[in-house]
Amino acid sequence: MLKTFPIGGIHPPENKLTSSKSIKRLPVPKVVNVPISQHIGIPAEIVVSVKDKVEIGQVIAKSGGFVSSNIHSPVAGTITKLDKIIDTSGYKKQCIVIRTDVKNEANFEEIEYPLKKEIELTPKEIVQRIHDYGIVGLGGATFPSHVKLNVREGVKLDCLIVNGVECEPYLTADHRLMLEKSEEIVVGIQILMKALQIDKAIIGIENNKKDAIDAFKKVTKNLDKIQVAALQVKYPQGGEKQLVRAILNREVPKNGLPLDVGVVVNNVGTIFAIYEAIQHNKPLIERVVTVTGKKVENASNFWVKIGTPIKDLITEVGGLPEGTRKIVNGGPMMGKAIKNTDVPVTKGTSGILVVSEDEASRGEPENCIRCGECVFVCPMGLEPHLLMNLSEKGLFERASNEDIMTCIECGSCSYVCPSNRPLLDFIRFGKNIVKKLETSKN
Amino acid sequence: MTDSVLYSVLLLVSLGVISAVVLYIVSKKFYVYENPLIAEVEELLPAANCAGCGSPGCKSFAEKLVNTEDISNLFCPVGGNDVMKKVAAKLGKEVSEKEPTVAVLRCQGSCDVRPKTTEFQGPRTCAISSMIYSGETDCQYGCLGDGDCVKVCKFDAMYMDETTGLPVIITDKCTSCGACVEECPRDIIEMRPRNKKDLKVFVGCLNEDKGGIAKKACSVACIGCSKCIDACPKDAIIIENTLAYIDPVLCTLCRKCVPVCPTNSIIETNFPPRKEKKVEKKVEAKVETKVAEKVEAKVEPVNSKMDA
Repeated sequence: MLKTFPIGGIHPPENKLTSSKSIKRLPVPKVVNVPISQHIGIPAEIVVSVKDKVEIGQVIAKSGGFVSSNIHSPVAGTITKLDKIIDTSGYKKQCIVIRTDVKNEANFEEIEYPLKKEIELTPKEIVQRIHDYGIVGLGGATFPSHVKLNVREGVKLDCLIVNGVECEPYLTADHRLMLEKSEEIVVGIQILMKALQIDKAIIGIENNKKDAIDAFKKVTKNLDKIQVAALQVKYPQGGEKQLVRAILNREVPKNGLPLDVGVVVNNVGTIFAIYEAIQHNKPLIERVVTVTGKKVENASNFWVKIGTPIKDLITEVGGLPEGTRKIVNGGPMMGKAIKNTDVPVTKGTSGILVVSEDEASRGEPENCIRCGECVFVCPMGLEPHLLMNLSEKGLFERASNEDIMTCIECGSCSYVCPSNRPLLDFIRFGKNIVKKLETSKN
Repeated sequence: MTDSVLYSVLLLVSLGVISAVVLYIVSKKFYVYENPLIAEVEELLPAANCAGCGSPGCKSFAEKLVNTEDISNLFCPVGGNDVMKKVAAKLGKEVSEKEPTVAVLRCQGSCDVRPKTTEFQGPRTCAISSMIYSGETDCQYGCLGDGDCVKVCKFDAMYMDETTGLPVIITDKCTSCGACVEECPRDIIEMRPRNKKDLKVFVGCLNEDKGGIAKKACSVACIGCSKCIDACPKDAIIIENTLAYIDPVLCTLCRKCVPVCPTNSIIETNFPPRKEKKVEKKVEAKVETKVAEKVEAKVEPVNSKMDA
C-alpha cells in the first residue's frame, strides 16, 4: 500500500496532456515586463532607471528586506519604462519593462551546462548565493528560499523532503523537469543537504509519474542518503503539510511550519534553480511553464523567461482555440484566471491553462443541503461550510476560532459541493479579513 | 366536584402570591440604578441604530452622551444639528455645530462608457470581487457594481440602477451615517457638504492611471489634464496621481470647472440650467433672424418688382 495523507483529499481527472512533451525553449520575447513583486513578502526595490542597458542576469531590483528576493534581468536589452502593468493578481503592479536587444547574441545562446557534481561552497555561502540569485519556491507559493534555509540555532532538522508530487491536474512542468534533469536535481538535493547539514532526503513523487520515480531510483541507486517515495495519487498531496504527513507520518502543528517537526520541504523546480545558481552561477531568470488545455493545438512544456507576456506562450501553442472562456495562471484547482494576455509570466507561474466554455461554467449556487462532503474532503480537517457561513455573515472572530487561517485554499470543498456553493471564495475573503484584524491587533 | 375547583383556585392563588413576593424581593435586592437622563436622551435620538456615530446603537450613544463631560466631538449624523441642540439643552452641555453632509458617488462608469472586458462568475459581492481581482472593467479604481453599499444602507437611501450598473443615492433619504463609505472596498463614496438646495460640484472619478489608459478604460475618466485647475478661481482643485480632487471647503460652487473638463468627469447636481447655454442659443437665434431678415429683404424687392 502506497503512502498518502490520511484525511480528506479528492481525485480530480488528471488530464496530464503534456506529460510526454519534452521541454522546449520559447523564442526570446521582444519585450519583457518584469514585476518587482513576484514573491511573498516585501516587493524588491528597483535599482535601474529608464534607458539603462542591462545584461542577462544583472540585478534590476534588490530585495527590500529579509523576506524578499532579488530580481534579475531575464534578457540583455534596454529598460524602456518603469510602468504599472496588470499582473496575475488582476491589479496593476509596478513592472520593469525591458526591450530585448536583438543584436546581442547573448540573448539567443542556448547554453547546455555540463553536469557538475562537486560542491565547492560552504553552507553559509550556499544560503547567501540562494539569496543573491533570487531563488524563490517555484511550486507556486514563491516563498523566498533563503528564508527557509536560514534555520535558527537550536532547531533540529533531520530530513529534506523534495516535492515532486505535482498533484494539480493538467500541469506537467515538474514531471518533465524530473525526467530531463534528474541528475542535476539530485546534485541540487546534495547542495541543500550540505547547506542544512542533514543527511537524509526523500523525494516524494505520486504514482502516476512512474517514469520519474524510475529515473530517480536509477540516479540514487548508489546514494543511500537519498530515497524515493512513491505516493498514492491524491489531491492536494503537494501541500507541504500533507506531504510531510504522507511521507514521514509527522503532523505539522496548525499555524506551524514543517520546520517545527524537523523537516524542510522544497519543490523540484526550486532545487533545479538552486543547482544552476550554485554550480553554474545562473540566477533565476527562467522557469518551466506548461501551456495546456483540452482544445489547445500544440500543448507543451516550455522554458520561459520571467516577464514574457502570456500571449507569446499562447501564440507558440497555436493561438487561442475557438470557444475559449478563461485563461488560468496555474492549474485548474488553485490557479487564477487572468485579466488579459499581456500579463507577464512570473516566478510563480507553473502553467497556463486555456479553459473552454463547457469546462469554465461554475453553476448556479444553491442552498447548502448539509451533505457534509466539504468536511469529508478537507485535507486540513476544517468545516468549510461553517467557515463560509461565518465569513458571509461577518463573524470573523468566530471564523478565526474555527481555524480559518489554517485553510490551504486547495479548493477541494468547492470542487465537491453538489450545490455549487462558492465555499473557497468566502473562506478566502474571511482569511483576508482575519489577517487584517490580526495585524491591526499587533 | 366543587372540591377540585376549590383546590385548584387555592393552589393558583397561593402560587401567584408566592411568585409576587419572590419577584418583589428580587427586584429590590438586585435593583440596578440607571441615570434617568439616559432614557430621556435616548428618546431624543432618532432610534435608527445605524452606528453612524461610532457607538453600536442609540442607547449606547445616549449613555456615552450622558457619561462623558465634553461631548463637543460626539455627533449624531442622522439627527444632525437639531437633535444635538436638544440633547445639549437637556444635558446642559455644549455641542459643536457641524455642517450637514451627504454621500456622493465618485464614479460615473456606467456600462456604456466603461465597457466590460472580463466576466466574473463568483459570488456577487464587492468585497470578494475586489479581493480576487480588479473588477470586470479595465478600471481598477471605479465602482464594482455588486451593490455592497446598497445592502448596508439602513435608510433605503440607495438602490442599484440596472441600466447603468451603478448605485444611486437618494439625497433626501441619505442621513450621512457613513455605512456605505465604510463598506465600499474602493472608497468611491465620499461625504460632501450638503447645502439647502443640495448643490454639489465634484470630480466623478477616482482613476489614478495616466490619461490615455484611464480614457481607454472609461470615456468619462479624469485624465489629469489640469484644465479645471486653470479655470478654478479659488484654487480649490488639486491634482495628485493624474486625478483631480475638488476641496469641498474651498469650492464656492461657481461651476467654472464643469464645462472645461474634456471628459465630462466633473459632476454638478441640482443647479439650475446654465445661463451660458441660453446666451449661445440667443446668438444662434439672432443669426437665424438675421438670415430670415435678409431673405425677406431679398424677397421684398422681387415682390415689389413683380408688383411693378
